[in-house]
Formats: sequence, C-alpha cells, structure tokens
Amino acid sequence: MSATKVSGSEVRAPEIPGGDTNAPEVSADRARPGAPTRRGALPYVLLLPAVLWLLVLFLVPMVYQASTSLQTGSLEEGFEVTWHVRTYADAFGAYWPQFARSLLYAGSATLLCLVLGYPLAYLIAVKAGRWRHTLLVLVVAPFFTSFLIRTLAWKAILADGGTVVALLDRLHVLDVTGALGWTEGNRLLATPLAVVCGLTYSFLPFMILPLYASLDRVDVRLHEAARDLYASAPAVFRRVTLPLSLPGIVSGTLLTFIPASGDYINAELLGSTDTRMAGNVIQSQFLRVLDYPTAAALSFLLMAVVLLLVTVYIRRAGTEDLVR
Amino acid sequence: MSGTPAPTPAPTSALAPGQTPARRPTATPAATTAPRGAPRRRRRRAGPPLVTLAGLLTLCYLVLPNLVVLLFSFNKPDGRFNYTWRRFSADAWTDPCSVAGLCDSLALSLRIAAWATLGATVLGTAAAFALARHRFRGRPGVNALVFLPMAMPEVVMAASLLTLFLNLGVRLGFWTVLLAHITFCLSFVVTAVKARILSMDPRLEEAARDLYAGPVRTFLRVTLPIAAPGIAAGALLAFALSFDDFVITNFTAGSAVTFPMYVWGSVQRGTPVQVNVIGSAMFAVAVAAVAAGQLVGRHRRARADRRAGTPKSWHEVAS
Repeated sequence: MSATKVSGSEVRAPEIPGGDTNAPEVSADRARPGAPTRRGALPYVLLLPAVLWLLVLFLVPMVYQASTSLQTGSLEEGFEVTWHVRTYADAFGAYWPQFARSLLYAGSATLLCLVLGYPLAYLIAVKAGRWRHTLLVLVVAPFFTSFLIRTLAWKAILADGGTVVALLDRLHVLDVTGALGWTEGNRLLATPLAVVCGLTYSFLPFMILPLYASLDRVDVRLHEAARDLYASAPAVFRRVTLPLSLPGIVSGTLLTFIPASGDYINAELLGSTDTRMAGNVIQSQFLRVLDYPTAAALSFLLMAVVLLLVTVYIRRAGTEDLVR
Repeated sequence: MSGTPAPTPAPTSALAPGQTPARRPTATPAATTAPRGAPRRRRRRAGPPLVTLAGLLTLCYLVLPNLVVLLFSFNKPDGRFNYTWRRFSADAWTDPCSVAGLCDSLALSLRIAAWATLGATVLGTAAAFALARHRFRGRPGVNALVFLPMAMPEVVMAASLLTLFLNLGVRLGFWTVLLAHITFCLSFVVTAVKARILSMDPRLEEAARDLYAGPVRTFLRVTLPIAAPGIAAGALLAFALSFDDFVITNFTAGSAVTFPMYVWGSVQRGTPVQVNVIGSAMFAVAVAAVAAGQLVGRHRRARADRRAGTPKSWHEVAS
C-alpha cells in the first residue's frame, strides 16, 4: 500500500509543467475559505527557508556556471572572466556529435519506453483487477536496488558469448541490427543498441507511472459507451483511450526524455567511446580534464537545448490537447 | 530480452486486437440478460491476451536485472569480474562486509540520505503548505523555482553546484554532498506534499473550525493527519533519491565515497560479489516491507469493516 502511495504522489509531480498554470490557482481559491484569516506574514515565513535554499544552491550556482563558462585561464594561474564567448562555439564545434547522439538516444529511449510502457500501464490500470497492487509493486520494486547495480546487471545479461547474444545471433536479429548500424559484429555490449536499451530500462518506470495514473482516471463507462455506439476496438482506443491518456503521455515522455538526455552512466557502462553522450563529455571535462570553462559552457548548452525542446513540446502538446 | 523489436508491438496494434473486432457490440445487448457482473467478465476474457502479453513482457524486462543481481550474488567468479556464471557459493552472503570500504560507503550513504531526508522534508513541507494554502505575491515565481530543478538533466545541476563550490573554494566532501542532496530532494518533497494538500477537502477544516477548534488545533488534529501520507511519501522519495543518487554525488563528493560511488569505482577493477548481495538484500527488505504494509492495511481494513458491520467485500467493490 505504501509503495503505491509513493508512486501516486510521484506521478502527480510531473503534471506541473502542463497543468500548473491554472490548477493551483483554482485550488488556492478553493482553499481560501479553509484558511479563514489571511495572516499576512505566515506564507512568507513558511517559504523563506526553502526559497533561500533554492536561491543559494540552485540559482546562484547557475550564475556561477554562466560566469565560469565565460572565463579563460588555466588551473595553475587561475581563471578570470574575459567574456570569451567563443568557448561556446568551440565547445559546440568539438562536441556536437555527442550532443546529437544524446538527443537521438534519449529520443529513441523515450519512444521505446512509450511503446513498452503503454501496454503495461494499460494492463495495470484497466485489466489487472485484484492483481493491480502486486503489479504496481513489481514496477516500483526494481528501484529498491541501486541504479548502478542494475545497470551492471545488464552488462552480465548482454555479455559477449552469453545466452542473449547467442539467441539473437541464431535468430539472425544481430544481422539486421548490424546492417542498421545499431550493433557491431556479434556483440551487443559497447554498441548503440545496448546504450539505448539501458536508457530505456533505466527510465521505463518514469513512463509507466504517469501513464498508469492517467489511464486509471479514465472512466471505464466511456469505453462501454463507445462500444455501445458501435465503435470498433481500434477506434475506441484511438478516439477515447488515447486522447484521455494524453496528459500521462506528455508527462511520461518528459520524465523520460529529460533525465535520459543528460545521462552518462549507461553510455559509460554499456557503451564504448563511439557511444559517448553529452553527459559523458561534461563529466570528463569537469572531473578529469578540468577544463572548467568548456565544461560549464557544455553544461549550459545542454540545459538550453533540453529546455528549448521541452518548452516547444509542452506548447504543442498543450494546443493539441485543446484542439481535441 | 534485450529490448530488441521482438517484445515491442506498436501501441495501436497491441491494443487494437486486445479488444474484440467490430461485431462485438451486437453481442453486448445479449449480455444484459446474463446475471450481474457477467458482462464485464465476458468482455475482459473476450479479447485475445495480446495487451496482457505485451504488458507482462515489459514487466519481465523491468524485473530481469534484479533477478540477475540476485543470481550473481551466489556466484563464485574465477577472476575479478562477476559477469559470467561459474559455480554456486553463498560465501558473499555470509560475509558481506569482508570487502574493504564497502560497508563504510553504505554507512555513509545511509547517513547522508537520513540527513538529506530530514532537511528536505522540513523545508519542503513548510513551503508546500505556503504554496497550497496561501496566495501571495511572487507565487508563480516560487512555483517556477521549485519546478526548474526537476526540469533539467541532473548533470547540469551537478555541474553548476560544482562550479559554485569551486568558485567559493569549499572543500568537497560530506557537507557538499549533503547540501547538494537536500537541494535536489527539496523540489520532489514540495511537489508530493503539495499534491496531497491540494487534494484535501477544505470542508473538513471548516467543520473543525465550526466546532470551535482554534487554528493551531485545527492544524494539528485535522490538517496534519490528512497531509501526513503526503509528507511520508515525500520523505520516502527523498530518502530513495538521495540514497541512490550517483550523478550529483559524483560531482560534489570529492574523496567521500558513498555506496553508488563505491560501485562506480569498482567497475574498472571488478565489482565484488558482495555488491550484488547488498543490492539483493535492499530489494528483499523493501519488498518485504511493502508486503507487510499491505497485510497490515488489509487486516486493519477488515477489522474496521467488522466493527462497522459492513460486509467484507464492500471495500473490494468500492476500490
């Protein structure tokens, strides 16, 4: 029970991007009679610690990062702000393949998550009956083992000469994926396919839980009504179920894509030097190469690209939602 | 089971045959003559189990690594690397702390997670009440400030925190990790608690006040108990996030070694079997806790039903 509650509130979290503009306003109105006198200072007192915390440890670091990205110098002589904007151009020029790869891998993983996660979310929300809680626990349960250990387990599963490789080889799947450039020779590890599968695995629950939450809210009687009006099963799905689960799809894809685009663990553990993503570059520039200006510029670029994509996506998803 | 096209039917094609073809509606009116409950069951059973099958395959994909971790915790590898199965051995289970540094890193992770949970929960709950219950100037700004940390890749936040610490000349270690963890857990706690408060019926508080409870008493006896599950969920989430965090810790830890840092560091020289033992033990403890919680909940509900005189199946109908 407790686990499902956790997942429930976790699920509600992502809906902020789309729904925040009106939902809290409405509820604040509703809440106001509950708090009868508006004691002027109280909200500020309650908020002050958290807001100060986020200002000092979230916004100020962003400013520092911006200033670092405009510095030049060396570790020995120290860095100085010289408004060297070319760092951005140089960094992007040198590492655009990794950025493109990040977006490609994260996009593919998000799509795979949607395709894999939708049937499971549907199964849990609509068909599972008394198995619902058990299935939900099984979706959340993998979280309890450390993320890194589970990713390492994929290394064992996909290992060269292992069962999976042998099976896929015999089914000639590896020939197909090899021709597509997803794998090389008869191995899975250190290929783009392994990285995308790892990313998909890592963020699949973030897709399933919001999907489940929105499918769970769909009134079953709507399906029945559509059926009674002679809609075919595909039509019921396309015209009723899918549009009603759209909020879940939007928040699920966001919750998958955003972390996947910055991930460097899967690319490091399951990939090779040819599958390095933007996160890998940022990590190595910051922690190994110690070229802080370039590293900060790359990090800023990643943030800008992701925020831009997410904003465009939310806009489009939002309007589509209204049109329907 | 590597996520290749095999188990990935497109959602439309997977769900379409999951229900029945078009001639089905003609059968629906006939079902009304059947006893109660029959139509629903018929409909569920009527569709070929394609959706169910696809869903269960996804579930296997999700659970498979945990099973592999468990399996390899009983392995006795020949070399340093624990990626191929050799022979059964329970050595690692009998002595999980025999590897240098492993249990120290675990203790450090637990300590950081505990403090981070406390900090984030206190700060976040207060902020959530203010955001959910009060209107004030700058509310949209605060909402954005809370939301933004969740809307960007973790590595960006980690990198910005590192630049802050570097520029201020702070020595990296326990404290920088703790500060960073509270920062990223905070938003999740605020969101979880806020959702709970917003879903609360304000009439309950009005009723309490109508019954002459003062604001403090109303808060302590009505508001807080109702918000408690949200706070607990937020705290649990914060603990899990902090305990399992690698990216932000990687950037802010300096030479401090948390459990995920230990695992990461051990990849090159060969991860010890004991890491699998700890991973499996965490899994087992968590699943047992969930199962126990379910049993207690069911027991409590059953007792409440008996006291209220409602039939046992009432809750099943309602839920």
